[in-house]
Amino acid sequence: MLRVKGIHKSFEDFKAVSGANLTVEAGQLVAVIGPNGAGKTTLFNLITGQLKADRGKIIFKDEDISKLPPYEICRKGIARSFQIANIFPRLTVFRNVQVSVLSQQRKSVRLFRPAETLAVEETNTILEDVGLSDKADATAGSLAHGDQSTLEIAIALGNKPELVVLDEPTAGMSPEETAATMELIRRLAGSQGLTILFCEHDMEVVFNVAESIMVMHQGITIIQGGPDEVRNSARVQECYLGGA
Amino acid sequence: MSKGIFSLKSFGPIAALLIALVILPSIIPRFYIYILAVIFVTALLAMSLNMVVGHGGLFQFHHGAFYGVGAYTVALMLTKTSLPVWVGFVAAPFVAAFVGLLIGLFCVRLTRLYFGMLQISLGSLIWAIAFRWYSFTGGDDGIHGIPLPSLISSTTGAYYFGLILLIISLIVMFLIFKSPFGATLQAIRDNPERCEAIGINVRRHQLIAIVIATFFAGIAGVLFVVVEGSVFPDLLFWVFSLEIFVMCLLGGWFTFAGPILGAAIMISLRTFAGIYTEYWTMILGIMLILLIFFLPEGVWGYLVEKFGFQRKKSLEKERQ
Repeated sequence: MLRVKGIHKSFEDFKAVSGANLTVEAGQLVAVIGPNGAGKTTLFNLITGQLKADRGKIIFKDEDISKLPPYEICRKGIARSFQIANIFPRLTVFRNVQVSVLSQQRKSVRLFRPAETLAVEETNTILEDVGLSDKADATAGSLAHGDQSTLEIAIALGNKPELVVLDEPTAGMSPEETAATMELIRRLAGSQGLTILFCEHDMEVVFNVAESIMVMHQGITIIQGGPDEVRNSARVQECYLGGA
Repeated sequence: MSKGIFSLKSFGPIAALLIALVILPSIIPRFYIYILAVIFVTALLAMSLNMVVGHGGLFQFHHGAFYGVGAYTVALMLTKTSLPVWVGFVAAPFVAAFVGLLIGLFCVRLTRLYFGMLQISLGSLIWAIAFRWYSFTGGDDGIHGIPLPSLISSTTGAYYFGLILLIISLIVMFLIFKSPFGATLQAIRDNPERCEAIGINVRRHQLIAIVIATFFAGIAGVLFVVVEGSVFPDLLFWVFSLEIFVMCLLGGWFTFAGPILGAAIMISLRTFAGIYTEYWTMILGIMLILLIFFLPEGVWGYLVEKFGFQRKKSLEKERQ
């Protein structure tokens, strides 16, 4: 479904990503792991268009999307969440998700219909799915950190994506919140048949959930394979597991 | 949560205010009728600016340019052509919106402060044309004695004309504010990067917002001509644009109706403090400093916060 081939990105003299490869098949739950500064977030920003690659290809459903602006990539069916909660702080929780649904339904330029009556059902369903229904009327900026991260995922779901890219969805969460979030991700992948790509630095979390794991180190892909294959790889142990 | 657009709760006070505004001209002296008419014009202008500043998060620093374009369009069409009056009235907002589109096309490519700086430059070009082109625009003298239909040429006539146009414009603006477009625009204000990531073409939405806002600025320009019977280049000068900006801040730029209050405060201050001192802007300056420290959400924003807070509390009680 998604194929990243030999992607490169430098900032000034710093090579953030220099030769990353990634394959995501439809319906898979894929994780990217690597130590801090390995280039995971940069890779995700390249996939969803926030950054433009210097070199390399990103193929989504047989089409090179590496030159497209973020909003067009989103319309192709890739939605994302951000590591640092990137929500609409002055709007209500409901509105946060609704704006995303309205965008997906191409209704965001409607001028004279009350927004209150549009996309209500879809929005409520998503809020129920992620467990934020009881906070629908709260101002998003006033939510606790964990809830903001959940809202992040809810906003991404509003786009009815085929592929969801989650940038460290459990960053800064307590162990309980982490467990709940991973459970949510597993449920979305299972019951809704979503293809999910996420990155994480907590090893335990990744090996429990992911079907395929890609390991990054200093901007380079070291290996991609099943959990056991990755765990037993000598190179991974050398530069990541052993070194940590 | 109420699903209706116009809540019944606010219907009472609004209706009372409207009735008062309709009756007032037969009670108060002409001077005050004129001041109220000026407030209507300025309120509409400030409201149109707030669509892009408060709801859109754009640094629309030279909104006065579009107001001036609207006013000059009417003035020139009424004095230089023999077209019916209403043609000029209808054309002005469209001309203003067209100029808004042209300038907006360049400005939306930049962000934040750079957006504002480019707009001041391009808007100042229009000011220079109005200021210098004596044979066409009358230069710094402006255009005076613009012939208006007798129905609206009196102060009272202008007052009612202004009131009606203001109300219609406010209703349309409120519908837009509450529409999916309004919601999306506020989301762009809060977080443009995130909006791109949920499939929103941010620049296009911003451009549409600018065109709509400049259209309403054009209507305000028409009203200015009706109330004052003249135009002059000061309308297009960037300093005046800052004044409109201040009105939005003063009233509360994250609220819908705040700028109306801001415009009313500014005009009253200029009129009544201006009688006693030339330096009324000093009072304004002190007010702004106090505002920043004590009412960062503006006067209306403060009232909403107080009122809204109580409502939230009662909601929570209901839940428990």
